[in-house]
Amino acid sequence: MTLLTFTLVIFLGSMLAGFLGSLTGLGGGIVIIPMLSLMFGVDIRYAIGTSIVAVIATSSGAAAAYVKEGITNIRLGMFLEIATTIGAIVGAFLAVYAPTNIIAIVFGGILLFSAALSFQKKVHFIKNEPATGWAKALKLSSNYPDVNGNKIEYSVKNVGGGFFMMWIAGILSGLLGIGSGALKVLAMDNIMKIPFKVSTTTSNFMIGVTAAASAVVYFQRGYIDPGLCLPVTLGVLAGAFMGSRVLTKTQTKGLRIVFAFVITVLAIEMIYNGATHRI
Amino acid sequence: MISNWKDKNIEVALGNLLRWGVILSSIVVIAGGIIYLFHHGSTSPDYTTFHGLLLPFHSMSEVWNGVMELRGEAIIQLGVILLIATPIARVAFSVVGFIWEKDLLYIFLTLLVLGIILTSMFLGVKG
Repeated sequence: MTLLTFTLVIFLGSMLAGFLGSLTGLGGGIVIIPMLSLMFGVDIRYAIGTSIVAVIATSSGAAAAYVKEGITNIRLGMFLEIATTIGAIVGAFLAVYAPTNIIAIVFGGILLFSAALSFQKKVHFIKNEPATGWAKALKLSSNYPDVNGNKIEYSVKNVGGGFFMMWIAGILSGLLGIGSGALKVLAMDNIMKIPFKVSTTTSNFMIGVTAAASAVVYFQRGYIDPGLCLPVTLGVLAGAFMGSRVLTKTQTKGLRIVFAFVITVLAIEMIYNGATHRI
Repeated sequence: MISNWKDKNIEVALGNLLRWGVILSSIVVIAGGIIYLFHHGSTSPDYTTFHGLLLPFHSMSEVWNGVMELRGEAIIQLGVILLIATPIARVAFSVVGFIWEKDLLYIFLTLLVLGIILTSMFLGVKG
């Protein structure tokens, strides 16, 4: 395969990944790494470095759209970024020293977890109790507009537990080159009990910053290769853009099932290859 | 209840900052990509082995020198650096929003996040 064909094929693959990632809400990073490493034999370190750049691109692109809706809780996001960025740096340094087959196995595990999570029923929490403790000290209570433009007030629970989960999400993001969006949303929904609309956009707000913290480490360690970033970044961006255009018009349940199936197969293959030292 | 920034304009400006960061870096990556593919399009790529820092363009000075020589790979890396800088710039500009609100606690927390990222920049340099 010449470089020109290689670039074109990876561009199309990344576009599909970005499209599906944006439709299912799982992000593009989670498919980019298995695609590069399983289908094209790319060393997992290059795959991770390329993926983290694609994650920054899609989250920044999406955030620009989210900001207008005014539902991101900026204080909550900024506070939790302390945990995610510290975690990301720890993760990126672990990635430098951990054997690649172990990284492949952990990645497979996270893939399985994300596939299972995508079927979890979304529980829409709106707790509007007076904030206490950390939530009060950090002024985390906020509001967001509903479809009719009414302000819905909400408060935040269990700040410490949420902070800890964000640290874990940051480590995984830095170790594996993914956005860890699913885990971030899970922590905000189930632990901190904030409304789903707010957790999705606030998670996206954090993903870009978290990924940038890992990316500066990866860049200086030679994980980020221009020949791979070219098709993957542009492809994922194009795909995510197309996804955001059709998102409101399509029913995504069937798609979710297909995507979860694909992810499960990829996960098993990553774990198998890791266990048999092929990666 | 405390609203997100008092001034919605700051929020919109931050959204625009992200959008333009992505657009600008994409343009730079595309420009570098054209030069790169023009020169190397018919070679065969091999990413099965990790070369790390044995290959060029993994530091600011190498990238900049490469850009001056119009090397495709270096221009793509410049686009990647711009992309990485985009969310970091958003954090930096958020400080302005919190200064506007005179929120000392969040001015401090935002600077802390910036400090953590800057620390990783210095830690990342292979000693």
